[in-house]
Amino acid sequence: MAASQSDFRAALLDPDRPVPDGLTDGDGNPTTRRFSVYRNNVTVALIDAMRTGFPVLAKLLGDQNFDQLARLFARAHPPASPLMMHYGEALPAFLDGFEPLAHIGYLSDVAQLELAVRQSYHAADSTPLDAARLGAVAPDVLMRTRLRLAPAVQFLSSRWPIVDIWRYNMENGAQKPRGIAQSVLITRTEFDPERHAISDAQFAWLSAILADATLEEAGDAATEMDPEFDLGPLLTLLIQHNALTDMITPKE
Amino acid sequence: MSKTMKSVAIVGAVAAAMTAHSTTTASAAGKEKCYGISLAGENDCAAGAGTTCAGTSTVDYQGNAWTLVDAGTCAEIELPALADGTPRQGSLEELDRDLPSA
Amino acid sequence: MLDATLTPPRLPSAPGVGYKAQHFTELRADPGPVKWLEIHAENYMGDGGRPHAQLGALRDDFAISVHGVGLSIGGEGRLDPDHLARLQHLVGWLEPASFSEHLAWSTHGAEFLDDLLPLPYTDATLTRVADHIDEVQEALGRRMLLENPSSYLAFAESTWSETDFLAELVRRTGCGLLLDVNNVFISATNLGYTPQSYLDAYPLSAVGEIHIGGHDEDEDDHGAPLLIDSHGREAAEPVWALLDHALAGTGPAPVLVEWDNDVPDWPTLRAEADRAAAALATINAG
Repeated sequence: MAASQSDFRAALLDPDRPVPDGLTDGDGNPTTRRFSVYRNNVTVALIDAMRTGFPVLAKLLGDQNFDQLARLFARAHPPASPLMMHYGEALPAFLDGFEPLAHIGYLSDVAQLELAVRQSYHAADSTPLDAARLGAVAPDVLMRTRLRLAPAVQFLSSRWPIVDIWRYNMENGAQKPRGIAQSVLITRTEFDPERHAISDAQFAWLSAILADATLEEAGDAATEMDPEFDLGPLLTLLIQHNALTDMITPKE
Repeated sequence: MSKTMKSVAIVGAVAAAMTAHSTTTASAAGKEKCYGISLAGENDCAAGAGTTCAGTSTVDYQGNAWTLVDAGTCAEIELPALADGTPRQGSLEELDRDLPSA
Repeated sequence: MLDATLTPPRLPSAPGVGYKAQHFTELRADPGPVKWLEIHAENYMGDGGRPHAQLGALRDDFAISVHGVGLSIGGEGRLDPDHLARLQHLVGWLEPASFSEHLAWSTHGAEFLDDLLPLPYTDATLTRVADHIDEVQEALGRRMLLENPSSYLAFAESTWSETDFLAELVRRTGCGLLLDVNNVFISATNLGYTPQSYLDAYPLSAVGEIHIGGHDEDEDDHGAPLLIDSHGREAAEPVWALLDHALAGTGPAPVLVEWDNDVPDWPTLRAEADRAAAALATINAG
């Protein structure tokens, strides 16, 4: 009987299954090791992609532990598209349900951060907003102005010190992670994503701006988190890192 | 906060940010510090090299076969329990104790 | 059958290399004999950033060949319309000198398996692959090249030889062929025939590009040699000899050096391109 591609696929990802029927070495001999070449190719390609895409997780767990995790993940979640640059989108959820590592609570958030960095790296290019335009807006109009974030901008919040954890693993001499919650903003001034630790109020402001709030509404959202919220440092950071692309003033 | 105070705060923030400039100007793709940085897995048409057992080995993490074979940096990270009751993070050594040895 | 007037500009009959981002600067400063570059289509299907910027700069100095690894032309199901659209977009803005894909499958249902998997050669698969090639050529508005696979096993149900299968696809669709001499050597060794006999039966007149690369050596269940298409080292001596043999039949052709695993420094890769240049010079002199 001939092997369908379904049979072939099932046996590729599950080494406990027998080699599909109808395969030969050209001479009528068993083809176990020959079929294993394809099993290896698929598995190794997916593990390699995971290791390249999640370097901080690999350092946290150790390479061999990470490879075991990657193999389990790859068999459960093969890529859903041929674009390997985005592979691993299901890893945070997989880690959340992965009992043997459940006691290391921050792994899932670190995976989220690494995915966000990749999204940023491959995001569309954009032309930064000329800050002079913003400076020329009359105060009452400014309150009702909306801002557009660059496609490469990402931000996420965590109950864990994910920026500290990232630095500790990727930068020489970085201090050990502190016992704090951190939110992170990712910008891409040019081609390389940059990570910035941000406060909860700054996170709230960015979330509001992304949801098309006016500067007044976004300021309210941030002030609710922190009455002392000062937009200045965040706005400076966004302009310095080409993170704003446009401003929309209200129609009079 | 009054409308006026909010306006003053936003205008002040914009004025402060006006003195900031983008830290770089757009440069050619081949900027020295940038080339060759690949953050993500790439597609290619080669077989995985030197990997005769990766595709055939089985790891059953529901049994005792999840064997921790090396240590990563998470063993060095000590974080206190978080206020919301999240389980305390542990090291790989603790994990070794928690699971029956394979 | 594709309208012949749609045939795009050809790659130069010179050495090319598979492009790796880490070679960007050195490659441009010291290209040696390299006149063209091949990229894997899927790595440039993001929305922007450095990959696109590098490609935009490289296309000024080199002809570009787009080599797909994820279209699954040999798949049982229909081609993924989203992926075909992405390919259309890439080929549209880049306007490469060539587009090629593989006689293989890699997608099943919604899953991408990230390997070039084999298919049996039957009347049914011939029709399906020909339909897929027609669809690609119509979508891209250009002739494509189809590459012969590296085989580690064969299918008992096959009724066509690989060379006849490829020749018939050329006849039905008007596509061209990408002849990978390393794959010929690997498949011949693994399945017990001589690479020369393969080339003798292969439709060399349809060749638009040649690949050469390195392989690893392993053994099958009986201790018979089993070669693996690893692209992780220099091409083996018998594969260089096979390149000479192929070029004698095709005449001058674009020759690509592939190196995807353990990618070496630029001088090492350039040395392989120098060797391809020497093989081409022999043909031109003859």
